[in-house]
Amino acid sequence: MIPDLGKYADTVLSAYAVSILLLIGLVVFSLLRGRKVRTQMEQVEQRVTRNG
Amino acid sequence: MTIAAKANSVWEYANPKKFLATSERVLPFFWVTSALCVGIGLIWGFFFTPDDYKQGSTVKIIYLHVPSALMAINCWLMMLATSLIWLIRRHHVSALAARAAAPVGIVMTLIALATGAIWGQPMWGTWWAWDPRLTSFLILFLFYLGYVALWQAIDDPDTAADLTSILCLVGSVFAILSRYAVNFWNQGLHQGASVMRAGAITGTDTEEKVSNVFFYPLLFCIIGFVLLFIALVLYRTGTEIRARRMRALLARERVGG
Amino acid sequence: MIALLLRDLKLAIRAGGGFGLGLAFFLIVTILVPFSVGPQSALLATIAPGVLWLGALLACLLSLDRLLALDWEDGSLDLLATAPLPLEGVVSIKALAHWITTGLPLVLAAPVLGVLLSLPGQGYVWLVISLLLGTPALSVIGTFGAALTVGLKRGGLLLSLLVLPLYVPTLIYGAEVARRGAIGMEVETPLLMLAGITAATVALLPFASAAVLRVNLR
Repeated sequence: MIPDLGKYADTVLSAYAVSILLLIGLVVFSLLRGRKVRTQMEQVEQRVTRNG
Repeated sequence: MTIAAKANSVWEYANPKKFLATSERVLPFFWVTSALCVGIGLIWGFFFTPDDYKQGSTVKIIYLHVPSALMAINCWLMMLATSLIWLIRRHHVSALAARAAAPVGIVMTLIALATGAIWGQPMWGTWWAWDPRLTSFLILFLFYLGYVALWQAIDDPDTAADLTSILCLVGSVFAILSRYAVNFWNQGLHQGASVMRAGAITGTDTEEKVSNVFFYPLLFCIIGFVLLFIALVLYRTGTEIRARRMRALLARERVGG
Repeated sequence: MIALLLRDLKLAIRAGGGFGLGLAFFLIVTILVPFSVGPQSALLATIAPGVLWLGALLACLLSLDRLLALDWEDGSLDLLATAPLPLEGVVSIKALAHWITTGLPLVLAAPVLGVLLSLPGQGYVWLVISLLLGTPALSVIGTFGAALTVGLKRGGLLLSLLVLPLYVPTLIYGAEVARRGAIGMEVETPLLMLAGITAATVALLPFASAAVLRVNLR
């Protein structure tokens, strides 16, 4: 399935691995933080509207 | 009249609520198209392009290296623009967008540096050379780090936005100065141009040098990275807006209760 | 303005730290270099201009967090901000005082330390000229960094992170002048660039520093 990369297989694969890991990490981290902040904000908002 | 109306319509998105509503509506589109474009570009580039006669299969790294390097620079330009808008028109969304974009820029710079190093190892026989382009990117990376560190160090969001915006402006001027200084400095050290030529892969001559076989997947990747950047920045700006609103609510609660 | 300058200078002399600390740091860095790279004088002579420039830059950086912090703590910065003197003038004077207490001693000490690193004879003139031209830019850029971080409790490390990238162009051209001077090449281009950067930063950066300071004093 993986094409013949010749003697540079390690190079190409490691470059792809590093980049894709970094990209996925960035997206996952952004989504997790976004979700956390959103639920927190909604909780605070509810509390404030109930009290105020 | 129409221009004024149009201008007004752009500034409407400076309203956080409006921004959140609109970004929520368009975000799925950007997520899907960016995933599609990056996916198509990378799969096409990785599986279905031939090896370069000189560089062998390492040429496939170009599909990650060039788009990330482009986005690393464009991200700084976007931060510069949003910082200016914040300083002139005081729209919170603008400052928060700059804040949201900076970590994306850091990751893009890291990808460009990492893929460059991995690519450089077999091609030039070294992971790192003090080539002007590489050095400029390292300096850009330092600027990003300082910018993010300043955001995190200051508690008051408006003060932080002001200070980081000015830092972004001053930093941009010095980044350009550094670019020229580095160019000068390296020519001063090495008379030869063997590394310079290799560094030119990332330059404008890409399109001339790279034949169509490599260019179309690369184009997909570049468009995909641009869309991914937009999606990430929109999403992260939304997060920052919510975080800011939460802080404001909490502060009000403390004062009131 | 002159009164403010004299006040800053007096404070720096009385506190003692301003003069001595930067110089001592410069001295120690220079002395440590042969220990780390070996005592061969040919090697030392090649790297001497760069080492001296880097040492001067770090010594300059070391004294930056004191530049505005003391005035911030005792509130005299608020007084200065409301004084008839524009804040741009205040930060320029602050930078000038910092240069006189830190930059100038470094420039004067550099040739002596050059002897320790067996700097070639023709290099001394250019070393002093390049430092004389470059250190004002270091002080002015440093003032901007100090103004950015003045309100922060532990701003020292952040200050270094912010200021060091801004020092890159000055360092490159300054060290290049000193290096070329030491090996007898023509120095005109880097010298002009160095002078240009210094002139531009001295003329323009106080506006940014003052703007930043206003935000921090708000």
